[in-house]
Amino acid sequence: MSHPSKASTNGKVLVEIRDLAKVYRRGGEAIRVFENVNLEIRQGEFLALMGPSGSGKSTLLNILAGLDTPTSGSVVVDGQEITRMNGKRLAAWRSNHIGFIFQFYNLLPVLTAAQNVELPLLLTSLSKKQRREHVMTALGIVGLTDRSEHFPGQLSGGQQQRVGIARAVVSDPTIILGDEPTGDLDAASGKEILDLLERLSTEFGKTILMVTHDAHAAERAQATMHMDKGVLSR
Amino acid sequence: MTLSGLVWANLRRNKKRTVLTMLSVVVAFFLFGTLRSVITTLDKASEVGSEGRLIVSSASGITFLLPQAHANRLQSVDGVKSVAWANWFGGYYQNPNDFFAQFAIKADTYLPMYPEIAITAGSVDEFMRERTGAIIGAGLIKKYGWQLGQKVTLKGTFMPGDWEFNIRAVYTPSDPAFGDEIMLFHYEYLYERTGGEITPGWFVLELNRPDRAGDIAAGIDAQFKNSVGPTKTQTERAWNAGFVTMWGNIGFLVGAIGTAVFFAILFVAANTMMMAVRERIGEIAVLKTLGFGNGTVFGLVLAESVLITVLGGFLGLLLARTAFLGRNALSAFFPGFGVTGGTIILGLVMALALGLVSGAVPAIQSARLSVVSALRRVA
Ligand SMILES: Nc1ncnc2c1ncn2[C@@H]1O[C@H](COP(=O)(O)OP(=O)(O)OP(=O)(O)O)[C@@H](O)[C@H]1O
Ligand SMILES: [Mg+2]
Repeated sequence: MSHPSKASTNGKVLVEIRDLAKVYRRGGEAIRVFENVNLEIRQGEFLALMGPSGSGKSTLLNILAGLDTPTSGSVVVDGQEITRMNGKRLAAWRSNHIGFIFQFYNLLPVLTAAQNVELPLLLTSLSKKQRREHVMTALGIVGLTDRSEHFPGQLSGGQQQRVGIARAVVSDPTIILGDEPTGDLDAASGKEILDLLERLSTEFGKTILMVTHDAHAAERAQATMHMDKGVLSR
Repeated sequence: MTLSGLVWANLRRNKKRTVLTMLSVVVAFFLFGTLRSVITTLDKASEVGSEGRLIVSSASGITFLLPQAHANRLQSVDGVKSVAWANWFGGYYQNPNDFFAQFAIKADTYLPMYPEIAITAGSVDEFMRERTGAIIGAGLIKKYGWQLGQKVTLKGTFMPGDWEFNIRAVYTPSDPAFGDEIMLFHYEYLYERTGGEITPGWFVLELNRPDRAGDIAAGIDAQFKNSVGPTKTQTERAWNAGFVTMWGNIGFLVGAIGTAVFFAILFVAANTMMMAVRERIGEIAVLKTLGFGNGTVFGLVLAESVLITVLGGFLGLLLARTAFLGRNALSAFFPGFGVTGGTIILGLVMALALGLVSGAVPAIQSARLSVVSALRRVA
């Protein structure tokens, strides 16, 4: 751990993953991605998740995000067992609790930076003015207020990813999940993104789980977990 | 931004495609509006004409003439108040392809039977005084730029030669369905010019007892059954409806074309929406990741297709409505031709249905889309 001191600021257990298993069945053959995964994530922790390709990192992240369902086991986030929710409740839960950062930014090309950041807020009851304030705050955190009216096509990869982060934090989610958020960026842009995530953790006390292939990136987190051959070790 | 802003943004994504699709919807609904108006106008025409006036025509068909001698016998039928007669004159003014109706009428009894013929310029008296006088519909006056008192020459077709007329009165029909592109002139003029060769094409009867019209008509036909000119007597409304049924096949054709167009457009719109959604799978997955529910995503896609078809449909119908306002290209063939409010409402309902149907499949696909597999596919 590169920042052992931060662990002391961590609070209660926010995420509890119990005996999680994901098995794909194709014909008679079972593809066991992982079995018996147990994990606790405390409030305010910044964790990295590493492991070889195909080891199931994204699968774990997607289950935690309520995007995928496990074969067995449970995931409890902030007292709510999301593995028992139906699709409709899960969607609503995601909008309140999850901020997702994609490897390829995944901004909507037809919307400006500000509009992209505003997307998650369309599902809330915030007024237009309030939404605007939240959007500008989020863009301020990632340092892109001057680019709010730009379209993704007019932004560099690093800038697009910063917009992606602004979109992930704008609704003040419980957890921020990143699936290789620096995977598509050059070293300098990647460093900016990691700086940002670190700030979200230290300044704003955000709970973050980030999948990465890059050991340097993982070093920025408070702890690194490894997923290999279906086994998660911390 | 709002959810509808998102729909707009998506429509603007591929402007060319959206505009082209919308244009095809515009054209389709212009066609729909026009074709359907042919039917509504014909339907309305079959309701025009008095139930109180009887028309006596030849039992052999409308192109056969009746003996002049019928007039006196009809006059003596119990319940008949007055008798008039008329004939067609298939002439044209300058351009043989420019059709309008001309009737040679027994004016002194014919005109009083038709209060629809409301004289708005000149007078019936002046018309009556002149053998070559003519009463012209206001629509014709405008169409040919004629003036009251002008001498106009028509070319006859089955009554050949140049026929001169003096415009002595102009009428504006009190009921638009009567038509304002009709020319009326003296039967006597036709009779004399043809050297007494001509006889009435049909008789018009005004009744003392309109409630007995059916009995009177049956009595007349029975009376003339074995004469030189057997008759077919019916109310004027039924007579008009008879002409409309001659157009019946057109109604069917119009319906068939309309249906074909509708389905063609359905495929165009459906294809557009399929393409629009297919290229956007990743974005839909992102929206769902952000917490957009299946229903919301479904609605976004459906709203997009409905917007294309309803907007396109509205423009097309509006175009048809303005193109056929007042006097227009089709009102000479179908008096009173115009796009009714009913047609516009029906068109809008169809446009809505079109949008819902063409958007349904991609909308369902979007709603069912699995985020995980969609993101895997895109990444
Ligand atoms: N629909 C599916 N059917 C069968 N197997 C699947 C399916 N989706 C994923 N898998 C398998 O699950 C395993 C885990 O995939 P996952 O994407 O979680 O790996 P990962 O650790 O994120 O890999 P990478 O580092 O390449 O992103 C892989 O072996 C993959 O082939
Ligand atoms: Mg992965």
